[in-house]
Amino acid sequence: MIFCMSETYSDELLRSVLKRTKTIACIGVSTNPVRPSHYVARYMGLRGYRVIPVNPVYAGQELFGETVRGDLSELKDDSVDMVDIFRRSEAVPPIVEESLSLLSGLQTIWMQIGVRHADAASRAEAAGVTVIQNRCPKIEYQRLFGELRKGGFNTGIISSRL
Amino acid sequence: MTDGPNYGFDTLQVHAGARPDPATGARQTPIYQSTSYVFRDADHAAALFNLQEVGYIYSRLTNPTVAVLQERIATLEGGVGAVCCSSGHAAQIMALFPLMGPGCNVVVSTRLYGGSITQFSQTIKRFGWSAKFVDLDDTDAVAGAIDENTRAVFCESISNPGGYVTDIPAIAAIADKAGLPLIVDNTAATPYLCRPIEMGATLVVHSTTKYLTGSGTVTGGCVVDSGKFDWSQNDKFPSLSAPEPAYHGLKFHETFGELAFTFHGIAIGLRDLGMTMNPQGAHYTLLGIETLSLRMERHVENAKKVAEWLEKDDRIESVTYAGLDSSPYADRAGKLYPKGAGALFTCAVKGGYESCIKLVDSLEIFSHVANLGDTRSLIIHPASTTHRQLTEEQQKAAGAAPDTVRLSIGIETVEDLINDLDQALSKATA
Ligand SMILES: Cc1ncc(COP(=O)(O)O)c(C=O)c1O
Repeated sequence: MIFCMSETYSDELLRSVLKRTKTIACIGVSTNPVRPSHYVARYMGLRGYRVIPVNPVYAGQELFGETVRGDLSELKDDSVDMVDIFRRSEAVPPIVEESLSLLSGLQTIWMQIGVRHADAASRAEAAGVTVIQNRCPKIEYQRLFGELRKGGFNTGIISSRL
Repeated sequence: MTDGPNYGFDTLQVHAGARPDPATGARQTPIYQSTSYVFRDADHAAALFNLQEVGYIYSRLTNPTVAVLQERIATLEGGVGAVCCSSGHAAQIMALFPLMGPGCNVVVSTRLYGGSITQFSQTIKRFGWSAKFVDLDDTDAVAGAIDENTRAVFCESISNPGGYVTDIPAIAAIADKAGLPLIVDNTAATPYLCRPIEMGATLVVHSTTKYLTGSGTVTGGCVVDSGKFDWSQNDKFPSLSAPEPAYHGLKFHETFGELAFTFHGIAIGLRDLGMTMNPQGAHYTLLGIETLSLRMERHVENAKKVAEWLEKDDRIESVTYAGLDSSPYADRAGKLYPKGAGALFTCAVKGGYESCIKLVDSLEIFSHVANLGDTRSLIIHPASTTHRQLTEEQQKAAGAAPDTVRLSIGIETVEDLINDLDQALSKATA
């Protein structure tokens, strides 16, 4: 089952990642508005994150008010603190290696639903980077900050506070 | 999904989905009696219409009071999301709609609420859908009934009119092997007595009219999605896996992952079928659910005592309650429904049709109504009411023979229920 979510992350961890993050490099994002990668990246942009699209196929085009970068080496000076991977799991290791070596402010590597790579994840964790696999930051944002409530989804949040 | 605190059922039935009203601090969920909601600006409106952002547009699709109920039922059932609608029958159509198309069929249990049998055997034909009825105790027949046009298997957990409990894990295994979703109507059990998703069901439907609301105030329905079915595993479920023209070619499963079915239910189902639950109705059901476990415990305790008393009574031919040691389903009920086999059953009265009519007319506490799952004890004689159009053969097959009455045991003092039945049976069989 491709959408099985076996990795477990506490709400506290996910919330702190989404709160501390300012700039997200979206690797493999599409310019086609109905592709999930486009959908997610655009949403994060609407929520106030700076979203930098990375995709060699569209390098040089404009997307979300940014120029699409061809690869991670073009991101050196952009103070990226999270890399969000919209690629097949096999493509993950080199992206992780490059991110670790090129992005000095990197705090989080996030892999989308269906994307996971245990070895690459351990590599990044050993370097002090938080790794989230097989999740969608849009869905987690919508769940943790109350938006999914509006659609009748199970957010798992119980609170008597305002 | 998370490794946060693991709350108990009784905590969740009171709190899940609800929080103090952000505008006023009101602790009880307000009834948001509004058809429409203001957009912050044109971008916000566009994001909502594109399903980019989840929010309120118009109450045919989403409403803040109804959303609390949806999250509460989804949580109690262990699903990822839920869509509420105007009745249990609406929920059944809402569950099937994304799965079926002209020429498709659903394999359904022969032991269903009479209204569901009619919905499946007659009305859905107008959509070009059909149903194949099978005895779920014959697992070979269930597997054999599935063909290349089958899109789902449907059953009730504890069945109405009662006396039967479904072996959900066995049926789920058959559906799973065929790559099909199992839909379980959990109305008569409620998530307190049965959690179909934990047993392998893909979707759970409810008539919230019954125990969830509890006091017989409003009709309503709900479809809960487990989020566990892979809609893209084959090309059988294009509504969820293929591009949706109404949303510029968006694919629901690819875009929303495990939330796809619920998004589809709102964005296509409620939007275009319009079987919406109203906020006033959702309010009554929310109040009801707060005490669900307490009521179900009493319903079950009373049902068992009444069924045991009836079984020993000379004026009674037989009792079908699956919670009785004498029931052929006692083992299954004990294993799969350990908190009780519900509070719904039938009994055959000596003296047949005439005695049943007199019994129903002589009761003082039991009410003669076509409903179940009320705090009040209810009785109905199907052969002279809900099933009167059927032949005697059909009535027997449906568990509604002329000598049979159906009881829905309430939460009153059980001695009073027994005394009421006692005096009425004396008159009925005099
Ligand atoms: C098991 C079951 N499912 C579904 C329904 C239909 O629900 P509603 O009357 O809310 O449409 C009923 C109603 O009696 C029922 O008993």
